[in-house]
Amino acid sequence: MVELVISGNYAQSYAAKLARVQVVSAYPITPQTAIVEKIAEFVASGVLPAEYIKVESEHSALQACISASALGARTYTATSSQGLLLMHELLHWAAGARTPVVMGVVNRAVAPPWSIWTDHTDTIAQRDTGWIQFYGESNQEVLDTTLMAFRLAEHPEVRLPAMVTEDAFYLSHTVEPVDIPSQEEVDAFLPPRERSSTIQVGVGMRLGSFTGPEHYMEFRHKIARAMGRARDVFLEVEDDYARLTGRNHGGLLPTYKVEDADTVLVTMGTATTTARGVVDAMRADGHKVGLAKLRTFRPFPVQELRELATLVDRVGVLDRSFTFGAAGAAFTEVAGALYTAPQRPLLRDFVAGLGGRDITAATVREAFLDLLTRDGPESAWVELKSRTEAS
Amino acid sequence: MIEIRFHGRGGQGAVIASELLAQAAFLEGKHPQSFPFFGVERRGAPVTAFTRIDDAPIQIRTSITSPDIVVVLDAGLMRTINVTAGLKPEGLLLVNSEKAPDQVETPFKGRVATIDATNIALAHGLGSKAMPIVNTAVLGGLARASGIVSLDSVRKAVERFVPAKQQANVLAVEDAYQHVVNLAVVR
Amino acid sequence: MTSYEMEEDLPEAPIATTPSDVNHTASWRTFRPVIDLKICTKCNVCWKFCPDDAVAFDGEGYPVIRLDYCKGCAICAEECRPKAITMVKEE
Repeated sequence: MVELVISGNYAQSYAAKLARVQVVSAYPITPQTAIVEKIAEFVASGVLPAEYIKVESEHSALQACISASALGARTYTATSSQGLLLMHELLHWAAGARTPVVMGVVNRAVAPPWSIWTDHTDTIAQRDTGWIQFYGESNQEVLDTTLMAFRLAEHPEVRLPAMVTEDAFYLSHTVEPVDIPSQEEVDAFLPPRERSSTIQVGVGMRLGSFTGPEHYMEFRHKIARAMGRARDVFLEVEDDYARLTGRNHGGLLPTYKVEDADTVLVTMGTATTTARGVVDAMRADGHKVGLAKLRTFRPFPVQELRELATLVDRVGVLDRSFTFGAAGAAFTEVAGALYTAPQRPLLRDFVAGLGGRDITAATVREAFLDLLTRDGPESAWVELKSRTEAS
Repeated sequence: MIEIRFHGRGGQGAVIASELLAQAAFLEGKHPQSFPFFGVERRGAPVTAFTRIDDAPIQIRTSITSPDIVVVLDAGLMRTINVTAGLKPEGLLLVNSEKAPDQVETPFKGRVATIDATNIALAHGLGSKAMPIVNTAVLGGLARASGIVSLDSVRKAVERFVPAKQQANVLAVEDAYQHVVNLAVVR
Repeated sequence: MTSYEMEEDLPEAPIATTPSDVNHTASWRTFRPVIDLKICTKCNVCWKFCPDDAVAFDGEGYPVIRLDYCKGCAICAEECRPKAITMVKEE
């Protein structure tokens, strides 16, 4: 184990190397490029004996990974924003073909207007595809979660692709200390992939198959079951990882000071760190506030949210995306999870930080104070520059 | 927690300077966080980079708007950019310049220090007259003027992480450490 | 140039009223392509590969680099089949 001061992008690269990925195919896009450049360096220098397939687009990159994965290779790719959107058709393919591809995604706003700054819309827009989704808060968490993602994705009762996200610039280009496990430690945690569930070379097989109404639903239900299993399997995987490294990032919905809180903010990504600092400051002022981080968006932590609902009176969701016609994506899913819960706290949505607008400590504090003092509006865009919209 | 903002031009090494500072702080057992201004980068264009240093894990992930220290790698930038925007009144402005601190044109009324990093860099063969690579010299000056990291940590960070000319860069650091001018001029 | 403060000041769609060629990106480059017309075969590959539309043509069909826009990526030099293009350091 060695501690290095590295960027979120390099955290992904090191994880892919330590996971001994066998096939990488990727296309560069700001702000992801350094991830795959570093992996290319590892491959070129012989440190990582993987096949690096150069392609002309993200669509082809994911296709290459799906094919290789279907044949039993451990595969990795990375992208962001427009690149992820270009891959969209194949995200459905990877999940439907039950290929455990692992992908790093740097969360970046979608065009138009063109923006290179952070925003969760790109990966939120993929929540229906059957991929496991993790949202990263720190470079350490990104590295650890990527390693765990391989094991989770490849688990025989899961067999679903997984993405690990990191906020553009706030993690991708930010250097901070990261503990990098040794190859021996990772090998003990992540053995080579089992070949039993794949297409076999030399045997005539076909992946995809045209299926009529009599069986299509059942194929898709298998994915639903797998995603359901992913919940508990992930907790087991993280327990294992914690035994090895001493680090447990808190499962699907890590919480902070919620036990005696009456008001909680649900956050995703790097805004969580800032919000944690605000929780401490507000507690010093006597407010009983806490924090819950939506670490896995898929599978969605329904159970954990219902448990949280029994502890608190008011829940605010800090969304870094918005589903037009509804509300912030995290809010709508939290609301869905809590609708049939035995206890339902007041629930409000705070849409902030789109297109890289900074979510400052002041912003988070304002959201908390608003949540503490007002029951509505149900969904509001924070600090919107508008003469008409009430925030 | 200390927040430092670096101003330079693309190619001068402002981003590397902010990262080297993070590495130096890390060697001292501190918690660093460093990142560039998140804009489109290109040679010659103004570049801003940031470093946070704290004794405890850093509980914030946002831009730095009220730095404690501002470091200017290219004094020419001060004509077009308000480099001291948000700089705390009790903070420090360090400028790469041949001038004495009281000759530096700035609205900032706090502590100013100068270091002739350009000539030090050139004396050690770092970069060219048109594009001197001043970042390591500037870091040496910063260590002395601010005391936020030791000379030894900066030396080690430079040795380990500078991609080329490690020895020349270390000498530039040491040289600059000795030649920072007027650490406590308050205007 | 219009200054936009509020949502109400912005146009409904993100459409700019000036085309992007007002951005002279020449300052981006460190190296400039120089074409040796004696070797050039007028195959147009440099024009075809230039990512930036920074190659124009003179009256005789020879390529001319649009130096206001050329960022010095050197793809033209790389792709030129007769090797008629050399990259020369600026300044």
